[in-house]
Order: sequence, then C-alpha cells, then structure tokens
Amino acid sequence: MTAFQNSEAELRRIHRRKRINSFAHGLFFASTTVGVIALATLLIQVVSQGAGWLDWSFLTEFSSRIPSNAGIKAAFFGTLWLMAITAPLTFMIGVSTAIYLEEYAKDTKISRIIQTNISNLAGVPSIVYGLLGLTIFVRFLNFKDSILSGALTMTLLVLPIIIVAAQEAIRAVPVSLRHASYALGTNRWQTILRVVLPSAFPGILTGSILSLSRAIGETAPLIVIGAVGYVAFTPTSVFDRFTVMPMQIYTWASQPQAEFQNVAAAGIIVLLIMLLGMNAFAIYLRNRFQRK
Amino acid sequence: MNLKLKAPLFSADRIMPKILLLFAVMSILTTVGIVVILITESAGFFRAVPIWDFLTGTEWTPLFAEPKFGVLPLVGGTMMITLIASVVALPIGLFSAIYLSEYAPDRVRHVLKPVLEILAGVPTIVYGFFALNLVTPIIKYFLPQTDTFNALSAGIVVGIMIIPMICSLSEDAMSAVPKPIRHAAFALGATKLEVAWKVVVPAAFSGIVASFVLGLSRAIGETMIVALAAGAMPNLSWNPLESMETLTAYIVAVSGGDTQYGSVEYRTLYAVGITLFVMTLAMNILAGYISRRFREEYK
Repeated sequence: MTAFQNSEAELRRIHRRKRINSFAHGLFFASTTVGVIALATLLIQVVSQGAGWLDWSFLTEFSSRIPSNAGIKAAFFGTLWLMAITAPLTFMIGVSTAIYLEEYAKDTKISRIIQTNISNLAGVPSIVYGLLGLTIFVRFLNFKDSILSGALTMTLLVLPIIIVAAQEAIRAVPVSLRHASYALGTNRWQTILRVVLPSAFPGILTGSILSLSRAIGETAPLIVIGAVGYVAFTPTSVFDRFTVMPMQIYTWASQPQAEFQNVAAAGIIVLLIMLLGMNAFAIYLRNRFQRK
Repeated sequence: MNLKLKAPLFSADRIMPKILLLFAVMSILTTVGIVVILITESAGFFRAVPIWDFLTGTEWTPLFAEPKFGVLPLVGGTMMITLIASVVALPIGLFSAIYLSEYAPDRVRHVLKPVLEILAGVPTIVYGFFALNLVTPIIKYFLPQTDTFNALSAGIVVGIMIIPMICSLSEDAMSAVPKPIRHAAFALGATKLEVAWKVVVPAAFSGIVASFVLGLSRAIGETMIVALAAGAMPNLSWNPLESMETLTAYIVAVSGGDTQYGSVEYRTLYAVGITLFVMTLAMNILAGYISRRFREEYK
C-alpha cells in the first residue's frame, strides 16, 4: 500500500513540475516575441519619424545641407547602377560555381576545398571585403572610387550567398530527371543546360534576389572603398563617383542637426520598401513554381 | 562509315567544365586576395610598430604628434559590444529556438518564422538608426549620465540583430534530433520542459554552441550599428555607458576622412583589418570544429 501513502506527495511533485513547465512555456514564448516586438517598434519609429518628410521632392531632389531640401535621387540611381553591374556578375559566377560543384566535381578534393572556402568566406566581416576592394579595384586596377569598384566589391561579398542557394536548388532536382535525359542520348552539358537548370531555376532566382537585397543594404564596404555621402548628380557611366541609399542614410544619420534624423528615416522607408518589394517578389516566385 | 565514338575536341561538353571551374576558382582567389592583401599591406605597418607593442599597447592615438599604436582600446570596445550583444542574444535566441522547435503549434510557427526572417533581412544601417534614435534616448532617460554615443545601446541592438541567426541555427540543430528520442522521454512521464531541456538541448548541444560562436563572430564584425551608435573614441573602459570605438568603427572613421594613400593612417586600416579578420576567422573555424567534433550522430 506504499503507492497510496506516497500518492499525495507524488501528486504535489507532478503539479510542481507542470507549473514549472507552464512557466517555461511562457518564458520561451515571451523570448520569441522579442523579435516581433523589436521589428514592430523599429518600423513604428522609422515611419513616425520619416513619413512626414517623405514626399515627391524627396525622391526627385539631390541631397542638401538644408534638411528640408534633401532628397534621395542620387543615392537611388546609385543603387540602381550598382545593381545593374552586381546582379549579372553574381548570377553568372555564382551559378557557374554551383553547377561545377554539384554536377562536375561532386566529391573531389578541389570541390571540398572550394566548399570549405565558401563557408569561410560567408563569415568574413563585410568591412574586410571593403579593404579588399580598396586595394585591388580602387588602387591596383585604378578604378578609383567609381561605381565599378563598388559593384565588383559587392559581387565578391554576396557570391557565397548565391552559390549556396544555387547549390541547394540544383541538388533538389531529382536524379531521375537526369537519368531520363541521359537515356535519350544527351551528354552531360546538354542535360545540365536543358534539364537541370530549367528545373532549378526558381530556386536559383530566389537565391539571387535574396543575395541582391543583401547587396542593396550593405554600407560598410562602400565606405571603405570611398563612396561619398554627398553626390549632386546621377551617374552617367560606371566610372562615375556615386553614393547608394544606405550610404546616404548613414551620412544623414551621422549629421549633428536633429532634422537630419528625420531625413534619414524617410530614406530608410524608401530603402525598406524597395527591399520588401524584392523579397515579396522572391517569395511569390518560390510559391508560384513550387505548386507545379 | 565513320563512327565517331569520341566527342569532338571542342564540344561544349568538354569545354564547359573548364570554364565553370574558372568561375569556381573565383571564390578561392577572393580568399587568397584577402589574406595576401591584409598581410602584405600591414607588413609595412608592423615594420614600423613592433607587433608586440601593437597587441599589448593600451593607447590608440595614431594622429597625435607622438602617435601610439596600441590596439587594445579598439579590441576592448569590440569585446564590450560583443559581450552586451551576447547577454541579449544568447538566451533570447536559444529560448526562441526551443519555443519554435518544441512548443509552438504549426500555426504560430508559420507566423513567427517569417517575422524572424524579415528581422534578419533588415539592413544594419537601419538597426544603427534604431539604436541612435530609440534605444539611446530610452537608456538616457533611465541613466542620464550616459554618453550620447555609448556601448550599451549599440551592444543591445547588435544583440537584437543576431537573434534571428542564433535562433534559426539552434532550431535547425534541435529539429535534427529524432522524434523517437522525445517520445521515449514523454513515455517516461517527462513534461515538455524536461524533454526540451534535458533531452533535446543536450542532444543538439554542438549545433547550439556553434550557433552561439557564429553569432558572436557576427557581432565582432558588425560595423554600421557601432559606427552610428557607439561613437568614435578609442576608450579602454569597463563602463558600457561610455563612448567606445570598435575595430570596425575605426576602419569606417578613417575611410570616411581624407586619408592619403601610404600615410600612417592608411596603413593602420590594414593592421586593424587583419586583427578583425583573424578574430572572426578563429571563431568561425571554432564553430565548424565544435559542430563537427561534438555532433551526436543518429542513424
């Protein structure tokens, strides 16, 4: 009859363990909401400070020393120029690397070296890429503080992201598709070009958009290669000096006048809308092609 | 009849792998470029300033008439930021991961995960703005003696920035723990907390620690938040309410000015850069080692 004698103490112990569990449940949930709350306050802060400053002239004016006249035009076009070079370059180099690693050199020594190397590169702080760009593109190749220097630096910076994404997309293509293609007498390259790539394309595209949105938001490497905060023209060639949106926002946010914080907030709204648009597009692509 | 058994010499099938390899080598060249540049460009600096003085000096005044090149104030600033960030991010990141992996119903997960993904995609400059315009004023409200630029505000926001990374990596590690192990623990009468804390977390421990180390490495390399919110004053101090300069913020401050090529300032960029690179590389390698060496294999 010991079970009966102990049952009350036992029951109390069980209740205690259950209470601790409920408490932990609440604690873990609260921790998870920290991220949500942070995002919400961040957005509220930015919109409440910047919305009043966001008007048509903000989009069509160049930056100015007077807060109310400052606009984001030069930075907006600078970002577009940067993307126009970075996007095709990263796509070409990144997808080629992924194809090589996944299709040709699946488990060779060289592929292992490249693979380890890529994951290490992904952990290098972005500002170190700035030093790389400063030395090679700005000084050695003498591109100076031009759009070209900035775009090439950004390309190297986001390559690891697109390579990994493209590899995953290619890996997800079923082997049976490849076998079917070989059975029809195609060679390896024809199979890759006509069967593997089309099937992996949505995944690759999503990865490229995400890596591009990373490039759009980066500031530090561009400061190092010498992008400036005050540009009063829109670039006409890749050798022009330039500024980009996060760079412009940084310049505004580090001004001593309080009004410039509001201008910075308005700039952030434009930047976030652009990023949100790109990400929504990436998600749309993913969902659209997944349904098939 | 001429049966061609070999592919023609210049077929795409033969040439393409070589071209693709050429592109794939780009990533190796990048690494080699970074290492070679950091070493060769900082060599001149270390010829003028003994490396021991650089690593142990407690004063960083490269622009004074009698310049001092002790990197410790910058390393100290970086460490302070990283420490504050880890106090914020490690528990919150881990707890969020436990919630998402063990507790959350599917519906809640489908809402919370995208939010964390968005948080991970916010540019760091935006976080910097957030630190300067919201977190700093709040800290100053409670502790009026706080400097306008201070390590605490920057550190907290860097912590918020790395939460999604720690959370998603830890959650991946926990989801990799097989279901039957959980079921066995539940069958013995364990509560959800006991299963999560005494079974799943220990089983996923290597992945969790690796995520911590990677998160800290991100915090060390983070630039824009500290450049905006922590200030630009080399300061070796234990007081997080003071302004401090990190390795990254120093690089930004020097690059933003008119630095002459070949000047002392220019060369300090690379000396500081290589210090930063070595610190983050060591942590990334450590993370890789931990997750490989201590991984529990389930088959």
